[in-house]
Amino acid sequence: MAQSVRPAGTSGGSGRSPERPPFPHRHLLGISQLNQHDIMALLARAEAMIPISRQPRKVLPTLTGKTQINLFFEPSTRTQASFEIAGKRLGALVVNMSVKTSSVTKGETLIDTAATLNAMQPDVIIVRHSAAGAVELLSQKVGCSVVNAGDGAHEHPTQALLDALTIHQHKGRLSGLTVAICGDIANSRVARSNLLLLGAMHVRTRVIAPRTLLPRGIEHLASEVFTDMQAGLDGADVVMMLRLQHERASGRMIPSVREYYRFYGLDAEKLARAKPDAIVMHPGPMNRGVEIDPAIADGGRSVITDQVEMGVAVRMAVLDALLAEPAPVAA
Amino acid sequence: MSALTVINARIIDPASNFDGLGTLRVEDGMIAALTPGAAPAGAGGEVIDARGLVLAPGLIDMRVFTGEPGREYRETLQSAGEAAAAGGVTSFVAMPDTLPVIDDGALVDFVLRRARATCKVNVLPAAAITKGLAGEEITEFGLLKESGAVCLSDGRRSIQSSGLLRSAFTYAANFDLPVVHHVVDASLAGDGVMNEGLFATVLGLKGIPAEAETIPLARDLQLAALTGVRYHAAQISAARSVDIMAAEKRRNDRVTCGVSINNLSLNENDVGSYRTFFKLSPPLRSEDDRRALVDGLKAGVIDVIHSDHDPQDTEVKRQPFAEASDGAVGLETLLAAALRLVHSDDADLLTVLRAMTLRPAEILGLPSGRLAAGAPADFVLLDLDYPWQVKEAELRSRSRNTSFEGARLAGKVMATFVGGRKVYGLGGEPA
Repeated sequence: MAQSVRPAGTSGGSGRSPERPPFPHRHLLGISQLNQHDIMALLARAEAMIPISRQPRKVLPTLTGKTQINLFFEPSTRTQASFEIAGKRLGALVVNMSVKTSSVTKGETLIDTAATLNAMQPDVIIVRHSAAGAVELLSQKVGCSVVNAGDGAHEHPTQALLDALTIHQHKGRLSGLTVAICGDIANSRVARSNLLLLGAMHVRTRVIAPRTLLPRGIEHLASEVFTDMQAGLDGADVVMMLRLQHERASGRMIPSVREYYRFYGLDAEKLARAKPDAIVMHPGPMNRGVEIDPAIADGGRSVITDQVEMGVAVRMAVLDALLAEPAPVAA
Repeated sequence: MSALTVINARIIDPASNFDGLGTLRVEDGMIAALTPGAAPAGAGGEVIDARGLVLAPGLIDMRVFTGEPGREYRETLQSAGEAAAAGGVTSFVAMPDTLPVIDDGALVDFVLRRARATCKVNVLPAAAITKGLAGEEITEFGLLKESGAVCLSDGRRSIQSSGLLRSAFTYAANFDLPVVHHVVDASLAGDGVMNEGLFATVLGLKGIPAEAETIPLARDLQLAALTGVRYHAAQISAARSVDIMAAEKRRNDRVTCGVSINNLSLNENDVGSYRTFFKLSPPLRSEDDRRALVDGLKAGVIDVIHSDHDPQDTEVKRQPFAEASDGAVGLETLLAAALRLVHSDDADLLTVLRAMTLRPAEILGLPSGRLAAGAPADFVLLDLDYPWQVKEAELRSRSRNTSFEGARLAGKVMATFVGGRKVYGLGGEPA
């Protein structure tokens, strides 16, 4: 554990260092906008943030005086809390807004809300929305930075970054690993962002799902596609489980939860096909007994709580990259 | 008697396959004569020297949505007429998807009266197949025809019940009214919003498979054969649909189909990063599909090119992709966008013009769409190579949702005549 992502010889551990190059993007809307260098830079910045949250005085005031709005059109306790804590540890003023999207107001909410919030002069808006592309649309209507906290089945970039950081912390590298992503690929923004990030970092990616949960063209996004979970897990370094929206999928995409669990739930027998030191991940919230055996979710190979911790570090890094003033150049 | 003679034009008449220098003589709003060769001796009246220009029949656009009655903020018959005239469209079929729906003879009459009073070009009302477009009860086809409806259509809606379609087709055949049907299987399309495939997957959008079109198309064609109706598939988008139409046309000469200029000139990649002006029904499909549509046009499998002009205000377009309305305006860009196929040598000029003039006229039983003596003097003068750029702000439609914003096009209408009267002239007001 705890092997550095930074190239040898660079200093670290105290957050933003003066020589760090500025992040070349105004928004973080998706992994698709990032190149390998951007990803490495964000992961290095995030790694440097980890100690901040482990020290007694959990504060690195690089964002003092900045205003961060968490705008969640879809409820998400954990992601919202993670962004809130990240902003507060950097000294930003954080405001949470949950917007209920009723069918009546849906027609106007997004653009109107964007204009309203923009007038309050925030420095960054963190947005989650149920529609793919909604966060990008909102970013066109505001004068501040925007971070995508999940848009429909499109992208969830900070999740992919925190997953990559977690893998790196445990495996010491990304390149050359085999990561198996299993579950509802068709409706998962987590899967898309992870496939983009891992692909850019030369990780071998596998997707595993019943055909009804595999979207068209997925073979172009993943290195390999499996419908047999045991074959898909064979020799994997990382097993990444996805949440099944079973209320929505039942009866149409899958016949029942028990059949899904039999063929695609992660249990000890299936996990035995992965490498002996394989780690198990889940973006949460978990459906224990639907996609994962509780004994594995809470067992020794599960790094699920590490993911939550890395989530705060990654979000601190993203906020810092987007918002922190460039360090003054020494005369 | 009012008379007009157009001399020195390159005259193109798909009805007679004429393409050559000639003179067109118009008397009292009707075509009096089309004479090949140089100008004959003057016969009185106004003379227009159209040297360097193409003279062709005015376009007949088989699929135009307006907002009148009920949503005049989107488009009125008057504003649609301005856009049509500027685009060389001298007649358009007005879809019945208005508020209220055009499903009653009195409403057909209303549209015709409003059109006569306010619209520069000919408006041909389509009447709803089912009351309120609800897909449940058929309308009064006979009375609607008497009131002036040129065809039956449920517009954007697609009738899902095969049994109801059979009844509608049978009863329409009784009055020899063409049925124009938008083919979508609602359960296969589901909540899809663009073409199904890698591109939709990357964008995280739900896809619409080609089978949502090919399956109802095959059903419609079988029911058309069973009932003897004159059937027109409003618009097809998939390569497989071209094959299905080609096969059926060998057996049944009463079935035809159309294609939107959007599907003929754009593909799914144009959606880019959630550009809602490219959210259309049927969706823009793959480049292979688009190529197959072009081939289908050349082979005569596809009869008609239309604009699918569908004005939508920014309120319903500036939305996340999945929540935005379908549709794009197209009356002003139809001809120039279609000419792209000519300039790129994908299709010849006669073929492209035939699909926007003669074929719609034949399907709808109109005397226009040709330059024959006795036909209405609906024609256009075109500069085939005139370069211009589409600018949203310059469109005449009340809505600006064009899928050709910024496109550089070659070919423009210099003048448009309806019934021998000039209704549009580039750079000047109608004479």
